[in-house]
Amino acid sequence: MRLSGLEPLILNENSNFINVGERTNVAGSKRFLRLIKEEKFDEALDIARHQVDGGAQIIDINMDDGLIDGKESMVRFLNLIAAEPDICRVPIMIDSSKWDIIEAGLQVVQGKCVVNSISLKEGEEKFIWEAKQIKRYGAAVIVMAFDEVGQADNYERRIEIAKRSYDVLVNKVGFASEDIIFDLNIFPVATGMDEHRKNAIDFIEATKWVRENLPNVSVSGGVSNVSFSFRGNNIVREAMHSVFLYYAIQNGMNMGIVNPTMLEVYDDIPKDLLEHVEDVILDRREDATERLLDFAETVKGTAKSKTVDLSWRENPLQARITHALVKGIDAFIIEDVEQARQEAAKPIEVIEGHLMIGMNVVGDLFGAGKMFLPQVVKSARVMKKAVAYLNPFIEAEKGEEQQALGKILMATVKGDVHDIGKNIVSVVLGCNNYEIVDLGVMVPPEKIIETAKKENVDAIGLSGLITPSLDEMVYLAKEMERENMNIPLLIGGATTSKAHTAVKIDTQYKNAVVHVNDASRAVTVVGDLLNKQTAHEYVAKKKKEYDEFRTKFLKRGKEKSYISIEEARKRKYKIDWETSEIIKPKSLGIQTLAQLSLKELVPFIDWSPFFRSWDLHGKFPDILTDKIVGEQATTLFEEAQAMLKEIVAKQLLKPKAIFGLFEANTINDDDISVKKKGKEIAVFRTLRQQLKKRDGIPNIALADFIAPNSSNKIDYIGSFCVAIFGAQELADSYRAKDDDYNGIMAQAIADRFAEAFAEYLHKQVRTKHWGYAADEALTNDELIKESYKGIRPAPGYPACPDHLEKETIWELLDVENQIGVSLTESLAMWPAAAVSGYYFANKEAKYFGLGKITNDQLEDFAERKGIAKEKARKWLHPNLAEH
Amino acid sequence: MSNIYKALQERILVLDGAMGTMLQAYKFTEEDFRGERFKDYPTPLQGNNDLLSITQPEAIKTIHGKYFEAGADIIETNTFSGTTIAMADYQMEDLVYELNYQSAKIAKEVADEFTAKEPHKPRFVAGSIGPTNRTASMSPDVNDPGYRAVTFDELRIAYKQQVEALLDGGADLLLVETVFDTLNAKAALFAIEEVKDERNIQVPVMLSGTITDASGRTLSGQTAEAFLISVSHIPLLSVGFNCALGANLLQPHLEAIANKTEFAISAHPNAGLPNAFGEYDETPEEMGEQIEEYLKKNLINIIGGCCGTSPDHIRVIADIASKYEPRPHAELISES
Repeated sequence: MRLSGLEPLILNENSNFINVGERTNVAGSKRFLRLIKEEKFDEALDIARHQVDGGAQIIDINMDDGLIDGKESMVRFLNLIAAEPDICRVPIMIDSSKWDIIEAGLQVVQGKCVVNSISLKEGEEKFIWEAKQIKRYGAAVIVMAFDEVGQADNYERRIEIAKRSYDVLVNKVGFASEDIIFDLNIFPVATGMDEHRKNAIDFIEATKWVRENLPNVSVSGGVSNVSFSFRGNNIVREAMHSVFLYYAIQNGMNMGIVNPTMLEVYDDIPKDLLEHVEDVILDRREDATERLLDFAETVKGTAKSKTVDLSWRENPLQARITHALVKGIDAFIIEDVEQARQEAAKPIEVIEGHLMIGMNVVGDLFGAGKMFLPQVVKSARVMKKAVAYLNPFIEAEKGEEQQALGKILMATVKGDVHDIGKNIVSVVLGCNNYEIVDLGVMVPPEKIIETAKKENVDAIGLSGLITPSLDEMVYLAKEMERENMNIPLLIGGATTSKAHTAVKIDTQYKNAVVHVNDASRAVTVVGDLLNKQTAHEYVAKKKKEYDEFRTKFLKRGKEKSYISIEEARKRKYKIDWETSEIIKPKSLGIQTLAQLSLKELVPFIDWSPFFRSWDLHGKFPDILTDKIVGEQATTLFEEAQAMLKEIVAKQLLKPKAIFGLFEANTINDDDISVKKKGKEIAVFRTLRQQLKKRDGIPNIALADFIAPNSSNKIDYIGSFCVAIFGAQELADSYRAKDDDYNGIMAQAIADRFAEAFAEYLHKQVRTKHWGYAADEALTNDELIKESYKGIRPAPGYPACPDHLEKETIWELLDVENQIGVSLTESLAMWPAAAVSGYYFANKEAKYFGLGKITNDQLEDFAERKGIAKEKARKWLHPNLAEH
Repeated sequence: MSNIYKALQERILVLDGAMGTMLQAYKFTEEDFRGERFKDYPTPLQGNNDLLSITQPEAIKTIHGKYFEAGADIIETNTFSGTTIAMADYQMEDLVYELNYQSAKIAKEVADEFTAKEPHKPRFVAGSIGPTNRTASMSPDVNDPGYRAVTFDELRIAYKQQVEALLDGGADLLLVETVFDTLNAKAALFAIEEVKDERNIQVPVMLSGTITDASGRTLSGQTAEAFLISVSHIPLLSVGFNCALGANLLQPHLEAIANKTEFAISAHPNAGLPNAFGEYDETPEEMGEQIEEYLKKNLINIIGGCCGTSPDHIRVIADIASKYEPRPHAELISES
């Protein structure tokens, strides 16, 4: 039998048992019925999703209830499922006793469904007519062992009805035999009535007969029925289900409705219990039922439930509030804060008293390295919730204002969109009682200065991830000097460094400029800077420290020596193009990817950088068992997994990609001419290492990895952009609920997805679209270690630090129009969770760092690219040797 | 008509190329589209290519003839948008029967001429059934994912009318093509089965889906194999893919279904992917080279072209196709 949702489900002789999810059945689930009655379709969808996530390979949907409009509910629910790729990837079983509901369901599902069910109950004519319709709608069908006389309740009746139904379907309707599934009626055993003793064994034997005598059909059934008389004793029921399935599957039952949580592993059933249960199922003894009943009394299990330790709730109020803040538990904070408010003279005292006492403990633990960033952010979440609750009371008593330690302006600079680090620092400062004015991303310098003055802030914190942001920071420092401002400037973000801060920014501004790249240091640095007694001294100390650092750094910089660009070109990385293997891509041209499921990206995620973004350092998965941060890393990881699961299930993020594969040749040593049918359509400019090296060590440029024109060989290059849409919206939705912790988590996960997507796409290109490594078999670890053949360098990164190249990629692939990823004025990609770059396939291609270049290459580059030298300098100066 | 089954066992059959691309060359004006009959029609009609079967029948016949000359065995009627649903854009719902009837009739006339000239190579007319401009399993409203702009029954009724007119006009077979939502296609197949049943006739049916991007899925999200399973309940003459991608990009999807079905396999790819101006610029030779890859791998029974292809493309493809054996497939029961 072949069924389909968005993906195929093939059932053949080699398939394992197919499990049908049954919780989306109003007759079987009270909760589902209530949700449908109350029209809470979102929650009803969650049930369906949960079934699929839990391993259901088909989902059974039933709306047969007197109090709901079955037809309308069926159509509505199936339409909603069709919009959820992670549910509708599996085939649907449309379950109803009413034909009009079945037909309405068949009309709204694109895949090949199963109808559950039809039977000869009302005669052959109706049976034939319905089967014919089902065939025309393209569905498989469950046939109940039921005829005009009644329901089959013994071996002979089961095979009689099955045989007759089969003959009618195959010979009179022309129904494909492989699309027929028999439900041979599973009835309870051990009821105490003699006529029920053979219920299980008759089913099992009838199953065997049907599979042997009616070619191609399947056999199904609802398993929980068999143990009906042991309701309340789950240990016995679970054992009965396992034993029943063990024998039924051996005899040919190949699909069914089974609740996986109500199933014991056959081999794990205790020997004595197993014997008693098998006696009943297989009807092996006269007194089997009595013996099992007696035995059941001895194994009455208690429900296994995980208990949460709530003993801390018995502590005094302050201890409870501190506990909640330190542990990041927000479940009881409102009731505790309310109690504190009633006890306090003024509501503000709760913040300044109870909550600050708790937060001070958090601060101390954090400072002592006994708490880690993710915990602190969680504490902040609890704090925010408490404050949000208290604010209306505080406002009601006007005139009061909470006295913050200081006010800090935070912004990601113009042209840059990355803000995870900034958000973390904001939260950490915020929960240390600083008021934060967060201007967000891509903030123009005028706005920063204007707001700083208007709000009378005590310090400004700037963040940036891409190299052009460094210039923005320099510019802002100059402007602050020009405006004669006198507050400290904090610098942070992945691209920033103490060296750059000392050499480039510190010199522009008379007040302190401090590089803070570690959120946990931000609190102490800000504390020192704003402490009225010691600030003056601290600033002077910092100024001196940076001055010394600068001197040392500049001196060191001069010791390196460089060779001219001509010389460097002579020392290029030489590939023997006569023998080097060039593989033509299977498909040249540009392709997009917009239908990909996030699920496919999950295995490609490299988690180590995720922990780094939370200031937890170590390699995944070792970090989870690390002596110091292991426990915290494990908690963080579990919470990330929970969010990841939700994001994947609800498709809260949307991956999109575009890539192109083209003919290419290197021209003029350092440029790559991209061609279509021999005609140049774009030129990539690459930069060459100029550091003087030992003899025999080449000065590499990316262009060295593509065959030059002079080789008379056609070589190939690729370029790509992948992006994850929706991260901002998702993070904002958490922030709107005062949940910065999950806001940051969402962004960090989106970044991981973007990198995973780049990895995924590279693999697809290597093995499929370009196909030069079609038989590659690498583990994820090997992927992360980049053990594959060929490279995917990205503009802005060490091998090609020139961001301007992104413009060429954008033009070549028409990236913005095709998938909606845009470039800011600083050439950062938006959405921020994005990766773009080139593909080089040559087996000698490798990653390298450009290092510094000298003025001659800058001039040559500007001329080749046809841009003003000043423009080239602006973009390349972080890589210029002489400053 | 039944000998299309015979022909399919013997050789690779060639389908025609693009109609729209060929019509563009005529640069028909609004007046040309209207002709005398629709001079005063209340809606703008330029762009309603199906209408040209009535107002410019000579042009349509000429294009059909060019494709036959180039070596096509099967041509498609000029009826891609010939349903009440798609014609609603032009307020021409009432004209649907006539459009389909006339289109099939003129196509059949041209086909008969060529068959008479070359009796050893019978020519066939496939009634083209497009996807309409609505999707039955997706919501056009992002805020209401449960909404549907068209129902199965609306599609079924519209398709039934088109099928009846195409068959009355003389179409030898039906081609449900450019399927981007499988549920739309299932409604078309349902309608075809109804007509077959009511008239007690057999009609060969070709079905061709569209894979929209590199993820290898249809617009409605199905993988190639899931799509195949969803439409295999009807005895099809062939199943395959067309449009959206060029020949090279279509290959993996054809491979994905070729060994999973006993139906014949068809492909009519675009002439490459559109360039920045929305034009298709793959030359006949380039396209032929790609298609030869299919044939070398024994993937194909029916081959033709979609957007951007011309009689020159079909000529090259027909040449290449004549050198290869068709993919083996089950011999289906033709008319009794």
